[in-house]
Amino acid sequence: MTNPESAIDEPKLLLRMEGIYKSFPGVQALSDAKFDLRYGEVHALVGENGAGKSTLMKILGGIYNKDAGRVILEDQEVEITSPAMAQHLGISIIHQELNLMPHLTVGQNIFIGREPRAKIPFVVDDKSTNEKAIRLFEMLNLRLDPNTKVADLTVAKQQMVEIAKALSFNAKILVMDEPTAALTDAEIEELFTIIRQLRDKGVGVVHISHRLEELKLISDRVTVMRDGKYVNTLNTSDAKIDQIISLMVGRTIFESAPELPEDPNQEVVLEVRNLNRGKVLRDISFSLKRGEILGFAGLIGAGRTEVARAIFGADAHESGEILIKGKQVHIKSPGDAVKHGIGYLSEDRKRYGLALAMDVKENVALAAMKKFLRMFGWMDSKKTVARGREMISALNIKTPSLDQKVKFLSGGNQQKVVIGKWLTADTDILIFDEPTRGIDVGAKSEIYKLLNDLAHQGKAIIMISSELPEILRMSHRVVVMCEGRVTGVLNAGEATQESIMKYATMRTDVILASA
Amino acid sequence: MTTQTIKTERKTVKSLFRSDAMQRVMAFGALIVLFIGFSLASPFFRTFENFVGILLATAVNGVLALGVTFVIITGGIDLSVGTVMTFSAVMTGVFITNWHMPVPIGILAGLLAGTTAGFVNGNVISRMKIPPFIATLGMLYIMKGLSLVISQLKPIYFNDTPIFREMAMGSVLGRIIPGFEVPNAVLIMFGAAFVASLILTRTILGRYTFALGSNEEATRLSGVNVAGWKTAVYTLCGFFAGMAGVLIASRLNSAQPALGSGYELDAIAAVVIGGTSLSGGEGSILGTIIGAFIISTLTNGLRILSVPQEWQLVVTCTIVILAVFLDILRRRR
Repeated sequence: MTNPESAIDEPKLLLRMEGIYKSFPGVQALSDAKFDLRYGEVHALVGENGAGKSTLMKILGGIYNKDAGRVILEDQEVEITSPAMAQHLGISIIHQELNLMPHLTVGQNIFIGREPRAKIPFVVDDKSTNEKAIRLFEMLNLRLDPNTKVADLTVAKQQMVEIAKALSFNAKILVMDEPTAALTDAEIEELFTIIRQLRDKGVGVVHISHRLEELKLISDRVTVMRDGKYVNTLNTSDAKIDQIISLMVGRTIFESAPELPEDPNQEVVLEVRNLNRGKVLRDISFSLKRGEILGFAGLIGAGRTEVARAIFGADAHESGEILIKGKQVHIKSPGDAVKHGIGYLSEDRKRYGLALAMDVKENVALAAMKKFLRMFGWMDSKKTVARGREMISALNIKTPSLDQKVKFLSGGNQQKVVIGKWLTADTDILIFDEPTRGIDVGAKSEIYKLLNDLAHQGKAIIMISSELPEILRMSHRVVVMCEGRVTGVLNAGEATQESIMKYATMRTDVILASA
Repeated sequence: MTTQTIKTERKTVKSLFRSDAMQRVMAFGALIVLFIGFSLASPFFRTFENFVGILLATAVNGVLALGVTFVIITGGIDLSVGTVMTFSAVMTGVFITNWHMPVPIGILAGLLAGTTAGFVNGNVISRMKIPPFIATLGMLYIMKGLSLVISQLKPIYFNDTPIFREMAMGSVLGRIIPGFEVPNAVLIMFGAAFVASLILTRTILGRYTFALGSNEEATRLSGVNVAGWKTAVYTLCGFFAGMAGVLIASRLNSAQPALGSGYELDAIAAVVIGGTSLSGGEGSILGTIIGAFIISTLTNGLRILSVPQEWQLVVTCTIVILAVFLDILRRRR
């Protein structure tokens, strides 16, 4: 290992962030985080989801205000209080979530906030907007029409618009939060060419990525973060990928890898055939067996949540069949889905999964009220309390009492309450949408164990996750989606980060060309 | 980039069918159908005088709806435009009749009154973060109350200043083309609509109006002063309400303090029928003007066919709900 100090104390620093603290209600997102950037380098920032990379960069971009710490830009301490100020200081950020205005054109999106003006006051000059955009695209080698509405572009093209927008600022510092997630290999290579050009002009580039093999190609140094803290900075040329991974995960993750049930029961409980809804779902077909955990992988916007919502009856579908235990069913509402034994655990627990202001036992009873009713709509409080107790001990929910409002529980325990709710409703098919989002590392492994136990007990589980390690560790089979289609189904043996990413970026035009 | 690649990305027929232009075409079609239908049903409908009547009836609501178009494109709503209009009319009356100020000063006072109300709305919404529905509902009743207090519950007439009435009811066109007596109010509406359309499509304010309704957070992250521009949009809406106030005062030759509530619904109806989406991000001034004509044609035609006024309400509001439903259907695919 190189001496980390030697990689930090270089004289010509463009940016130094040190002693950064930031907390959100219930979470210490950053504690004593630090980061620095030289002129003309690509500095990779890596870490697991929730390590604090994005938070740190959002502080640099003026989106969050830090609780404590110093930001030093070109030897001047600065307080960046707004996105506008960050732009003014020459800091451009490409955010992980697309931040475009779908109803505006490509050109209008790129120059939003600094539109070229005509001679008449307040009048925008769309012609020169488009000309500037075309010049920009030529420089960046992008194939885009500035007059297209952003809503009509594919996710990959939209990402390109974001990149063009960020680069159009003549930024001194360019932060890219997972810019390659939605891009094909050819597009990534184009992007890297552009990044190298920028680097050679002296721009400092911060590259946040989960795809570690990329780091070797593009970055000069790499800083690792874990649990909101700085871990180490290495020269990329000296660092091995294994070494980076072990710095990222610490020790916690691998020891928690649980045992899957050896052979899921062969009985198919759920079969979906040719499910269609506009461009969102196209010919979705797959099957799910008893005791199986079926992972759903894909990039953001691939349509995984939409599949879940269609099966659960939350959204209508235009055509296709859903069979449960071999019989065709018509699910028109979540109520129908629950009757057929399907439970859906939303990625947004707080909005869709829990009645936050109600207590643990009430939430557990929520999806199966009939079981707890006496005559004339009276609730059977004894039964409710008994069931609540049962679930607390079965799922190891850590709560001071049955009467604790769920909004005061931690993310992991909230998730367990939602699981308890669906178990109470006698569901056989459980759809978990990002089951560990916003849950800390310790509680994660408990949730994994719980998923395994449920599979052992014969529940059939669909697990949608954007975290590839989670998909790889937990699934018997992996369904990979891209742009509303199922592009691949992999057995646990064949699934690797690389094979999943290959299918996840297999865009429609590629499929059509090969068909 | 070659021109060929640009061409392949141009809109296909299918995407045109989905576009917001479609609803405008349909609205225009509906207007023509209404005209033909009523003309066949009643000889009294198809007279030049009646057409002028429809134009005149559209003028005030049309101007009012211009500002509402901007607000709705941002994804907001303004329920106060009707009574802001009344307040502006009353202020014009106070200046001209009660205080004997020159007519132009009175008109300015009316415009300023509306603009100020809009500015207050904008700040309450963008800086105090009160939801637009609540903020402007409050403003509706504040304006109603103030109008009644200031006018002491009585209409203010402009009998000393006949020139003021001429502003809306005279006919410059009639003087140029004899027999073509279209009141000035109609010209003012078209003029205002033209300017509004330029603001919406050509200026920075228009651009941010669409941007706010399309993705407010992304707009903020692009470094745009979101609170400031939102305030500007509501202020502009207030200005158009002030203009409608001056127009209605001129047309009625009086400021009627009890008039005004209910006008906001007609204005919102015009905007929505014209294809502006209640979820923001899409809309046009042309659509709004067509929408305003549909409403006044409908009211006029139903009245000529002796349909009771109560039923006119039922018909108009049913059409508004259908128009919103159409928008939702369009959005769903």
